[in-house]
Amino acid sequence: MNSIITRHTLSVLVENTPGVLSQVSRLFSRKGYNIESLAVGTTDDSEVSRITIEVKCDDLMVEQITNQLRKLFCVYSVRLLPPNSSTRRELVLIKVKAEGRDVRNEVIQIANIFRATIIDVSSKSLTLAVIGQESKDDALEKLLCEFGILELVRTGMVALERGEATINDNDDNKETDEFDLGKNVL
Amino acid sequence: MRMKGSQIVMECLLEQGVDTVFGYPGGTILNIYDEFELHGYKEKIHHYLTSHEQGASHAADGYARSTGKVGVCFATSGPGATNLVTGIATAYYDSSPVVFLTCNVNENLIGKDSFQEVDITGITMPITKCNYLVKDVNKLADVIREAFAIARSGRPGPVLVDIAKNVTAATAEYEYLPVSEHPNHGRLANLMRRTGRDLGTPEPDHGDIQKLLDLIAQSQRPMVLVGGGVIRSKGAVTEFRKFMETLDAPVGSTIMGGGACPGNHPLFTGMVGMHGSHASNIATTQCDLLIAIGCRFSDRVATDPATFAKQAKIVHIDIDRAEIDKNVLTYHHIIGDARRVLELLNEKLPRHDFTAWKAEVFSHKELPLKKDNVLHAHEVLETIQEATDGKAIIATDVGQHQMWSCQYYHFSRPGQLLTSGGFGTMGFGLGAAMGAKVGNPDQIVVHCTGDGCFRMNCHELATLEHYHIPVITVIFNNGTLGMVRQWQNLIYHKRFSQTDLDRGPDFVKLAEAYGLKGFRAGTQAEFAQAFQQALQAGCGCVIDCTIRMDAMVHPMVSAGTPVTDFILD
Repeated sequence: MNSIITRHTLSVLVENTPGVLSQVSRLFSRKGYNIESLAVGTTDDSEVSRITIEVKCDDLMVEQITNQLRKLFCVYSVRLLPPNSSTRRELVLIKVKAEGRDVRNEVIQIANIFRATIIDVSSKSLTLAVIGQESKDDALEKLLCEFGILELVRTGMVALERGEATINDNDDNKETDEFDLGKNVL
Repeated sequence: MRMKGSQIVMECLLEQGVDTVFGYPGGTILNIYDEFELHGYKEKIHHYLTSHEQGASHAADGYARSTGKVGVCFATSGPGATNLVTGIATAYYDSSPVVFLTCNVNENLIGKDSFQEVDITGITMPITKCNYLVKDVNKLADVIREAFAIARSGRPGPVLVDIAKNVTAATAEYEYLPVSEHPNHGRLANLMRRTGRDLGTPEPDHGDIQKLLDLIAQSQRPMVLVGGGVIRSKGAVTEFRKFMETLDAPVGSTIMGGGACPGNHPLFTGMVGMHGSHASNIATTQCDLLIAIGCRFSDRVATDPATFAKQAKIVHIDIDRAEIDKNVLTYHHIIGDARRVLELLNEKLPRHDFTAWKAEVFSHKELPLKKDNVLHAHEVLETIQEATDGKAIIATDVGQHQMWSCQYYHFSRPGQLLTSGGFGTMGFGLGAAMGAKVGNPDQIVVHCTGDGCFRMNCHELATLEHYHIPVITVIFNNGTLGMVRQWQNLIYHKRFSQTDLDRGPDFVKLAEAYGLKGFRAGTQAEFAQAFQQALQAGCGCVIDCTIRMDAMVHPMVSAGTPVTDFILD
């Protein structure tokens, strides 16, 4: 086990009912670990939500968190996404001060380079939307700083495994069975 | 049939076979309480009105632990609900199946800081297996069915159902549904569909079982550590005894495992951990295979996880996968119900001979017990043991008297020792004893307590008197918070900060004030006489035993140090 603190991405399928999000996030605060990022939304099945959580901790701790999550009745499955074979993306909206044509043009050029889209414009500001990972988003944010960022919001990372692997793949292994036995309710 | 939510609650309790409820009424839960009179449910469900909601919560817990059934506790919103919190946590830490039923304010008042409103589902989230806020009367029946199913299954535990008051007044269709049909309805059915497995009969992995048998075959010095899982799993104790006797190896126990192995069994080494016996703690450290069944290596057992059973391959048998490698890293694990795992092991386990290893383990003896003209804790417990033929249910509070009860009373069956092992709740004992006596009217129930603990919830004596529940309370009265004083004595250089209890009340007079009988004992003879009188009294009794202030629990290991580093022999 690696005792070095690294970033882990957990993908969690949960029942789409009130209170589930606080139940899930509570496990992190209880262990004293800060959630770096959290994103939640429904899936193709309206009764199921998917939560993507990023947390910085060592391997042992992330295993503990995974175990405790899998024990919850509202949790359907948990996947620790392998960093090398997962794609992670985050949407960032940035509202930049942009008065005058020259400034606006310059901001638009930067946006183009980063493949950010302009989603709102006024005589004094521009709002950009960019999708990417930390490195790209941070670089854009840095560049826009000199124009003056009025507001910035991130959705939190969402992630999927590359290729045809899905979160449901581990449904049929022994460990999943073991957790299901633990929460058997019959 | 169309009926009010409050009546649906009652009907659902009857579905589950509930005939006993502990609780305390209040504004929001009035509709439910009204059903006892309005539709005569008091004929089928006996409600015990306690002095305080905490007492009700412990009583439901004690009832559950001693009968193996699901305990039920009612409370109203706000302070009624928050008064349950300690009781819920106590049940959670010791995996006791209790359904707590509270009502909240009307739905339109929720979230407005209304009178006696509290977010009890939010508060109890970390201390329940699952909890619910019911806002739709049409879902009420299924939620209650699910609550009971979750409380009793897998690793048991408390579940809380909070019902908005207007839901108890609204009407819905209700159809009786036998418990066997419940899995085919509501969210239980969803869970079945989703997992696509028969979760009703969890079958341990046979390869895992074989691996343990192989490890046993290779072992020279095996040791068994039994925990509360064997107590909670129905029928597991019979299989466990067969297992330990065939294996013929030393058996240590956690506090929650008390009763799994008979206390006077030649293989029994006693408790393991902070107040574990020499034999237990040394054997745990020297064994080459530790078979831990239904325990979780809490910090009171594995005081130092890094050195705990350091020579051993640890095999952990548990129903809760999340317990594996949580506190102590293990070599192998088997997931399943203790009874079934042990049954499978017993099918193939050959008889073993570990005579030399056993001789070594049992060569470690305890200090001889004191006998002089003052009353000692072990004398009190030996007297109770003798007078009750070792068959009484013992409920304890927390502290020195708790450890003494576990060390000197020989428990021989599950549900005989009721103690707050995980949460360490002072004030647990009287409520638990009350619940146990209600659930087991034919058993003698003794409540062992300290003068500190007893003060916390002694108002339940009123409940004992009113319902004629003949619980015998034995107070180990040393005029101090004994366990805290012991730490101050040994670790805090005898600075006895705020532990002296040099104050009232006179417990004998207190008992009499509640209409019960009180006795005082200063010697073993006096105690024996008082206890006999209490057994004959047919009502609740309090025996105030004076013991020495500086009496200590032997042996003792400091928190965070290896279990063999005794600071007190």
